[in-house]
Amino acid sequence: MAEFEPVLLANIHKPDSHTLSVYRAAGGYAAIKKVLSTMSPVDTVELVKASNLRGRGGAGFPCGLKWSFLPKDAPTVYMCVNADESEPATFNNRILMELDPHQVLEGIMIGCYATRAQTAYIYVRCEYPTAYKRLHQAIQECYGAGLLGQNINGSGFNLDIYLHRGAAAYICGEETGLIESLEGKRAWPRIKPPFPAIEGAFRKPTVVNNIETLANVPHIVNRGADWFKSMGVPSTNPKDPGSYGPKLYCISGHVNTPCCVELPLGVTCRELIERHGGGVWKGRKGKMAIPGGMSMGLLTEKEFDTPLDFAGPGKVGCLGLGTAAVTVMDETVSIVDYLNNACRFFAHESCGQCTPCREGTSWSSRLMTRILSGKGRLKDLEILQSISQSIGIMPGTTICGLADGAAWPLKNALGKFRGELEEYIKKTNPGGYQQEEPAMALVELAHH
Amino acid sequence: MATITVDGKEIEIGDNERLNVIQAADRAGVSIPFYCWHPGLSVVASCRMCLVETGTKNKETGEISMVPKLVPACQTPAKDGTVVVTNSPKVKANQNFVQEGILLDHPVDCPICDQAGECWLQDYYFEFGHQERRADIHPFTSKRRELGPHVSLFADRCVMCSRCVRFTREVSGEGELMVIDRGSHAEIDVFPGFPIDNKMSGNVNDICPVGALCSTDFLYEQRVWFLEAQNSVCTKCSTGCATQMHVNQNQLYRIQPRFNPNANDWWMCDAGRYENQFVTAPERLDGVVIRRNNAWEPLDWPHAIREVYNHVADVALNHGGSHLAVVLSPFLSCEEAYLLASYAVSILSDVTLVVGKIPVVGHDEKFKSGFTIRAEKCPNRRGVEEIVKHFGKQPLDWDGMLAKIATGEIKGAYVTGGYGDPWIDDAEAAKFEHLESLVVQDILPSPLARRAKLVLPGVTAFEKDGSYVNHAGLIQSASWGLRPHGGAHVDGQTFSDLLGRRGIYNAADVLKELAAKVPFFARCTDGVPPAGLNLVTGQEKHPLTTELGTVTHPTPTFRSEGSRMLEVETPTR
Repeated sequence: MAEFEPVLLANIHKPDSHTLSVYRAAGGYAAIKKVLSTMSPVDTVELVKASNLRGRGGAGFPCGLKWSFLPKDAPTVYMCVNADESEPATFNNRILMELDPHQVLEGIMIGCYATRAQTAYIYVRCEYPTAYKRLHQAIQECYGAGLLGQNINGSGFNLDIYLHRGAAAYICGEETGLIESLEGKRAWPRIKPPFPAIEGAFRKPTVVNNIETLANVPHIVNRGADWFKSMGVPSTNPKDPGSYGPKLYCISGHVNTPCCVELPLGVTCRELIERHGGGVWKGRKGKMAIPGGMSMGLLTEKEFDTPLDFAGPGKVGCLGLGTAAVTVMDETVSIVDYLNNACRFFAHESCGQCTPCREGTSWSSRLMTRILSGKGRLKDLEILQSISQSIGIMPGTTICGLADGAAWPLKNALGKFRGELEEYIKKTNPGGYQQEEPAMALVELAHH
Repeated sequence: MATITVDGKEIEIGDNERLNVIQAADRAGVSIPFYCWHPGLSVVASCRMCLVETGTKNKETGEISMVPKLVPACQTPAKDGTVVVTNSPKVKANQNFVQEGILLDHPVDCPICDQAGECWLQDYYFEFGHQERRADIHPFTSKRRELGPHVSLFADRCVMCSRCVRFTREVSGEGELMVIDRGSHAEIDVFPGFPIDNKMSGNVNDICPVGALCSTDFLYEQRVWFLEAQNSVCTKCSTGCATQMHVNQNQLYRIQPRFNPNANDWWMCDAGRYENQFVTAPERLDGVVIRRNNAWEPLDWPHAIREVYNHVADVALNHGGSHLAVVLSPFLSCEEAYLLASYAVSILSDVTLVVGKIPVVGHDEKFKSGFTIRAEKCPNRRGVEEIVKHFGKQPLDWDGMLAKIATGEIKGAYVTGGYGDPWIDDAEAAKFEHLESLVVQDILPSPLARRAKLVLPGVTAFEKDGSYVNHAGLIQSASWGLRPHGGAHVDGQTFSDLLGRRGIYNAADVLKELAAKVPFFARCTDGVPPAGLNLVTGQEKHPLTTELGTVTHPTPTFRSEGSRMLEVETPTR
């Protein structure tokens, strides 16, 4: 393969890359001009459909298909842009928003044109003040340059973009949780149906897209669907739409050079670590890696050759590609620490709406606290196993996918590192690890 | 007709019924457990207790294709060809896990919990829970705190069904309750300084499936399994909410709404629920007294009946029927009003029949769901008016009678009361002073009773059988739950004795008689079903003929008996 030329991150190393003039100098806003002058909304949807662009937010739903679900004759459609990037170790949206906000805005404009939305909301997470400032500045520049507002470029297309800051909750990244939060309510994900495409924000048809997904759209318009499909991994399974296009991979954890790189989909985890992350730090060996954010599960060192495309991680028992944020852990990391951290995160972030998720995540977190503190029993692992199998949208027991994200670290850790967990329990609780009876009240462990 | 298969059993439902799977399964005799769903509130599908397996059956081939996931029965519409499986291992495992999860943070303090005995968690755990308890982590505990004058919260018992929150947002419309914090720390709470004090706040205690929200008024008063429930009708305003009074050993412990889609749906107001102290007021009239030589003398009932006749008939016979006013209070039941009117016209056919004073306080208060507390604070104006219209030659209202008293046209009066609140002031009562004879039948002393020649004690609606016609013309029957106070007689018995009828007054028989005599009541020939009969429009929203349960009791026995409560269109969010 020829040397890959980054497109999404092409501008970020330029000085003042976040300004309109720099973006324009690099050929920015040509795509929206082309779309407004030569393409109809239907053409745009078809183009994106033809490119097989899949959502970069985690679920990987085909973007063009999502756009085509909107009712054709709806008078009001809203576009919600999901910039609530809260998946641990994920920071590609932040880089896009901070260093190339106009690219994002252009994508939003094309998306709105294609879906006939005249209002877009960008839901930025609270912890991204710089991204918020830069986006705000970029929107002001666009209004000044006539790229936003009424009758853009004389095309009759109107668009207003509003920035909305979240209040630091992981659940607001779930699309209906985001909509609820945007409406000023508690971010409890909605029951589906109705799907947002039929009834979303303010009870109007709504399309929710990730920042990175939309950032891809101008390039598809400029370079065509075939260019997009020339990258990535074609699918052999007719049910799988394949993984095409460039993807921003975040590499963090125990590597020498944590970074965000743009690569065609399908690069292996090992290549990411060795070539782009500079290898595992301090000359140690890698033990495991999270393939795409905490909720996707775990790859063991042996599975590092898994290609990170939409289908790859699933083949080795992970939940999926997720946000493609790889977190590497070296050989000194204990699986108990990892699992405790994962369980605590999801227990903290569970919105508390569905009983299985609310109680399952909190129970697993408390069990992990107990195991970590040396009072674990082998029976606890059975309970963890049963929790991991009981919660999630896949078995249907919860409304949203947060519980699946909570279940997968448990499933993978128990499946791939069970021996280590058992060993830890036996070592730290030599007298009681075989205990089957309920532990007595355990008042001393009430710190949950 | 749409055909639905529930656990292999096929049932048919109407095409336009819009049932969800819980309701449809209930028709098939299968009860699906649930916490968060309530037929009167929006669907959130968050408790995940009602998850079932569903699929569709191809009409032509008979082939069934199942959905691989579990789906919430409350959110799934029952359509033609829907297949529901409620007893598969997958469904059972989920019910198991949900129960187990809820009990993680639950203190299991049933011995001191007011809800014990009518707690859904208790009932469901026996039916759907694990036998052994795997959870051995320290549960979270909290103290009782008061969210409002009538509502106490035990946060540790909460299952986060959010019914109460939705109630305050969708029914009462005040939205005082909310969920604070996140995940397993989430709790129900109010904003500081904004307690839940709306006029329907008591309902949140009813709809709480567990012991998290308890009625402060009823707290620790009585174990629920000692209580006996009697169907009643609220007399606090002309909405006429269907209620249930819960009684033990002749003591009224609480009043709860009873589902009636024609009157009050599932709700009732706090006034009807809590403001019934007059029933046990120490000053209740408890024996017949007669004024002799400017002093009150007690009288036994047989003599009292004769004295009534002496007092009222003398006026009518001496001066003519129109000079005697017989006042039918809007607190009398239809049967009693009928007997009293019959008695009045039996003396002389032109006796003046008067509709008693209609207490009106403020304006009608309409809540978000449409539930209305009416300004007219009496239960039976419609019924009494119809009877007065039927029997009276010149029917009068209260003010018309006062005018005629002032002109001296009316020389004697037999006034019935029954008002729970003070209803007549001294100035108004003074107008009756110069009457030749004044007989007052009431439950509480009043300025009027002080001026009477003869005072007969009556009883409240809790102590008598009878039917009441609400503002919309809906007739509902109430049963007695308490024995008459002290030496009081049921008003109907008094009137029956006056008419010279033998034996014990039986409201049901009198209602039949009334239905035959007065055309307005013709539909009551076969009695009144629990959901009432609309005598004006002649049609009810849901012609219910079976005994209704209360919405707060989900035990399987209740479900099979009172399943009709479920068949109501469910609003969606």
